[in-house]
Amino acid sequence: MRLRINGEWQEFASLAFVADLVPVLELAGKRFAIELNGQIVPRSQHGNAVLSDGDELEIVVAVGGG
Amino acid sequence: MQDQLVIAGKAYNSRLLVGTGKYRDFEQTAQALDASGCDIVTVAIRRVNLGQNAGEPNLLDFLPQNRYTLLPNTAGCYSAEDAIRTLRLARELLDDHRLVKLEVLGDSGNLFPNVKETLKAAEVLVAEGFDVMVYTSDDPIIARELEQIGCCAIMPLASLIGSGMGILNPWNLKLIIEQSKVPVLVDAGVGTASDAAIAMELGCDGVLMNTAIAAAGNPVMMAHAMKLAVEAGRAAYCAERMPKRFYSAVPSSPSEGVISSRKP
Repeated sequence: MRLRINGEWQEFASLAFVADLVPVLELAGKRFAIELNGQIVPRSQHGNAVLSDGDELEIVVAVGGG
Repeated sequence: MQDQLVIAGKAYNSRLLVGTGKYRDFEQTAQALDASGCDIVTVAIRRVNLGQNAGEPNLLDFLPQNRYTLLPNTAGCYSAEDAIRTLRLARELLDDHRLVKLEVLGDSGNLFPNVKETLKAAEVLVAEGFDVMVYTSDDPIIARELEQIGCCAIMPLASLIGSGMGILNPWNLKLIIEQSKVPVLVDAGVGTASDAAIAMELGCDGVLMNTAIAAAGNPVMMAHAMKLAVEAGRAAYCAERMPKRFYSAVPSSPSEGVISSRKP
């Protein structure tokens, strides 16, 4: 399936839920937030939010800033 | 401890708030924050770097757990919509953390705030339950409107972000301080310790800075200087300084008992 993550289209093996992206993108143990097609997916819903071909995601973390 | 800084109902010992950007590396960031004695640190919200992800350290990994209150900002946002979206993501990222810094910029060259968009964003964010510390210009009418909207702290600039020019208009700052019932913190433009001390002597409740520390020759030393400056300025303010007089023929030493000049 093709997913656009942080502006970049990438090919993935078929993934069912947002939670499946965590190990694939090496996000385990990090504090991050995910938007799926413009809607924030709360952490509690990562295991329920279905991924479809063509979905667009934004994944953000905290970085240094003033 | 007395004389704590109270923001949105929570008390903090330090009146110095520090940003986490522009340091040499995460280690220096952690050392500078430690030297500053700050309790609140700002962070930015950005896309995670997916390319070279494995093993790349994250800022939060370097900061001691639970020592600092993180204040997510909306740096890089030029519209109310972007700022609102960023803070909603920050709230999710930090497990429903509500204390946030709102900044909506109007010009990428000088980074001056866009107060119209800031007002719009503030209304929405306050309504959604955020505790909004709002970065703004030193316009006292805008500051009043932001307070009326429900922002929990007003943060007027001393001068442009990253400029180190210090407080350019202490008079506007005084107007804002006099009229505000919520804390007023100078944010942006502090360059050196005396700037921070002056802000506190004017009656500010706190000072937020990043570049002043990160861009100093010795950031850890400057962080320590800023800690002292904020404490000194605050103590001087509370001690109620003497009035200024153009001149005053009242010397500090007694007039009686002066030895007279020897005359032949």
